[in-house]
Amino acid sequence: MTESTPLAVELRGITKRFPGVVANKDIELRVARGEVHAIVGENGAGKSTLMKTLYGMHRPDEGQILVDGREVQLRSPNDAIAAGIGMVHQHFMLADNFTVLENIVLGSEPTKGGRLDRATARRRIAEISDSYSLGLEPDVLVEELGVGDRQRVEIAKVLYRGATILILDEPTAVLVPQEVDELFGNLAELKREGLTVIFISHKLDEVRKVADSITVIRRGTTVGTADPATTSARQLAEMMVGAELPTPATRDSTVRETPVLRISGLTVPGTGGGRAAVDDVTMTVREGEVVGIAGVEGNGQSELIDAVLGLRSPSAGTVVLGDEDITAWSTRQRREGGIGFIPEDRHRQGMLLEAPLWENRILGHQTRPPAVKGAFIDRKGARADTARIMAEYDVRAPGPDTPAVALSGGNQQKLIVGREMSAHPRVLVAAHPTRGVDVGAQSVIWELLKDARAEGLGIVLVSADLEELIGLSDTLHVMLRGRLVATVDPRQVTPEELGGYMTGGTEAGAA
Amino acid sequence: MTLVRRIGTVLLAPALALLIAVVISAVVMALLGVDPLQVLKVMVDLGDTPSQQITAVVAILNRSLPLFLAGLAVAIGFRMGLFNIGVEGQYRMATIMAATIGAAVTLPGPLHVLLIIVVAMAVGAIWAGIVAVLKVTRGVSEVISSIMLNTIALGLASYLLTGPFRGSPDGASIVSTAEIGESGRLGGLNGVFDLLGLANPPRQLYGFLPIAVLAGIVVWVLLQRTRFGFDLRATGLSPSAASASGVDARRMVVKAMLLSGAIAGLVGLPDLLGRTYEYNSDFTSGLGFLGIAVALLGRNNPGGIALAAVLYAFLDRASVPLQAASLPSSVVTIIQGTIVLAVVVANEIARRVSRRAAERSSRQSGGPVPEGFVTATAHSPAIASEGTS
Repeated sequence: MTESTPLAVELRGITKRFPGVVANKDIELRVARGEVHAIVGENGAGKSTLMKTLYGMHRPDEGQILVDGREVQLRSPNDAIAAGIGMVHQHFMLADNFTVLENIVLGSEPTKGGRLDRATARRRIAEISDSYSLGLEPDVLVEELGVGDRQRVEIAKVLYRGATILILDEPTAVLVPQEVDELFGNLAELKREGLTVIFISHKLDEVRKVADSITVIRRGTTVGTADPATTSARQLAEMMVGAELPTPATRDSTVRETPVLRISGLTVPGTGGGRAAVDDVTMTVREGEVVGIAGVEGNGQSELIDAVLGLRSPSAGTVVLGDEDITAWSTRQRREGGIGFIPEDRHRQGMLLEAPLWENRILGHQTRPPAVKGAFIDRKGARADTARIMAEYDVRAPGPDTPAVALSGGNQQKLIVGREMSAHPRVLVAAHPTRGVDVGAQSVIWELLKDARAEGLGIVLVSADLEELIGLSDTLHVMLRGRLVATVDPRQVTPEELGGYMTGGTEAGAA
Repeated sequence: MTLVRRIGTVLLAPALALLIAVVISAVVMALLGVDPLQVLKVMVDLGDTPSQQITAVVAILNRSLPLFLAGLAVAIGFRMGLFNIGVEGQYRMATIMAATIGAAVTLPGPLHVLLIIVVAMAVGAIWAGIVAVLKVTRGVSEVISSIMLNTIALGLASYLLTGPFRGSPDGASIVSTAEIGESGRLGGLNGVFDLLGLANPPRQLYGFLPIAVLAGIVVWVLLQRTRFGFDLRATGLSPSAASASGVDARRMVVKAMLLSGAIAGLVGLPDLLGRTYEYNSDFTSGLGFLGIAVALLGRNNPGGIALAAVLYAFLDRASVPLQAASLPSSVVTIIQGTIVLAVVVANEIARRVSRRAAERSSRQSGGPVPEGFVTATAHSPAIASEGTS
């Protein structure tokens, strides 16, 4: 890292505001050419906002972006690609029914006489595949590929467009450990060829393994850089979380004897007809207990939640709410029976974005006052109760008639939490309750969950945020490939140990 | 102020779209060598004498009734994200069955009419129900199945008309069902004109008007004010959020299609009960497809659909006088087409503008998160229930 060569990417004082929240503030980032530079931070710390800025998906309100020492204006991803920046998204953007070759060239096809020039495409893809050891097979359909291969296609897509700076957004979230190792091998090849990799993650062990330097983001701003060789995971975690954030210290146990939700032998078939998505899961949630479920995303947590809510039918097993077997109940019966739901994707399952807030207050509670009177919607009651929720749960919006889409993620989430709490549920199923919300809302939501737990609410908490899981849970299960593989004491376990269980390896914890 | 503004913004987009459509149509006419101003003059000229003018108004209202009902039927589907293209087939089947059963019985006046209405709604609902069952059990797209059922309905109606349901003598130029008796007909509403002191034209205003208005009000209340309507609209806005909230998506498809089909069953009745008293090979066709345009134009809202239906009927009426003035009547079709296109575009623009305005106002009230906020809430659990900030 000599000062003479210009930095591959430099961000100076980047600030990006969204309605009601500053997503990024005074971001400073210096990435040298030919290094793997990790950006770490908690969920909601502002990593994605920063990457969207760098990839031209939105423009910063303040600050400068420099690529290879020259200032650039990135108005769209096309500008970013022209500047040599490519992005590998966390969720793959591939056409399943196209071949690898077709997917790679899609959007920048070489043509000869108006037709796709397959020979040229094949030659260039072969060059890319060989020089970076990607091992691509151009004629295989993407739908036949595994997750790791698909990711390599995504990387090839970016390289094909001439990118010299690659942004990888949480690339390991969907990979199993062996695939993670292969990915790191690929990254080493890219580095050897002089390319620059910006690697976004919140998994500290991986970051320390692969990165040459690390920038830490907390609460929307860069709080410092670290050398992975000399910084421990513990120190990184402290930088990430910060001393002033609520370390979810274990409080007195509020767990009571009465079970509110008993799941036994629950099995949910996988979508593709392959192995079961949820495999023989048995667990009990008691009054005043938070039962956390840790796991790498895609290991059956979503399916388990769906089955508890009646959105997916299990092939075996029972779900008992209080004393009643609710396995055959409809979703509405379960909601009426006292299951509250904070969905993992609030835009998909938690809100009607185009509808006003008061209609969103009704959603999920269509059969209960104050939102309805008999068969009719109680508009006055719903509006008044929405105003109450907005005041009590600090939802920042002009009024109950504001469409939900106008709110920031944190305010949307606070409305959802307020709505679910207002129905006084017996069991709350909370999936990633603080994902993508600003830190202010995060603390509020944590406090709300703790208070509700103290009042005897049973909570099923699924989260990718290990601090959140360890801090809030009374009992912590680890889910891997659809099974509960371990139950740990959240007061004893470290994030590193937990990570070891989550990936199925036991060697973690060394850090 | 706010109410005026709200109404203003609601009406602004369609009004603007109408204006743009008229301008585009005028350009097209000019290119075809037709004088747009002359066309406009003929279109708005309802007649010279008061009697002629009222006759024109009656013609427009009579034509708008089936358009309104068809638009309403389509809109119910649209509101939950279902595209019911099958209104055409649904009202054809409903009308021929209602006409035949209506002609076969004699009941005291109101009961006879009621029976015909019930039969029409039931047949329309059953025909639409086939679409729903196919979608729910076999995953067949409602677009495909309802188009196919349209063709089947037309064929079946022709068979029934020429075969078992035939009421006209052999060799008659128009094949028809038997006529509905006096008690099964709805008299005209021209008494209203006498009451208002207006000229009473020979043409009768359909007695179905109040029933259609009632249907519009019932549908509006059902969609906007009831739990059922909320579930239906929620499904339309986000199927995944609706099912997470406890809406049974399959049942909702069936219910919405049955309701849509029942309203579609009414489409042929204004003509049947007020003018023809029989279903025949010449019965008004194409109303189901026009209903799609009317629903789009009216933004799937009963009030808007009523306005759109009247506008369409007004344009339709103009085609005869246009021909009389030796102008091409196809300009009516051109205007109708461009209106739909312009309205769809204008609605989308209006939606984005209002969303941006809402985001702006939300930003002003929200403001950036104060620096001390996090620390404050982190250590005082009471803040959540006090709601002060």
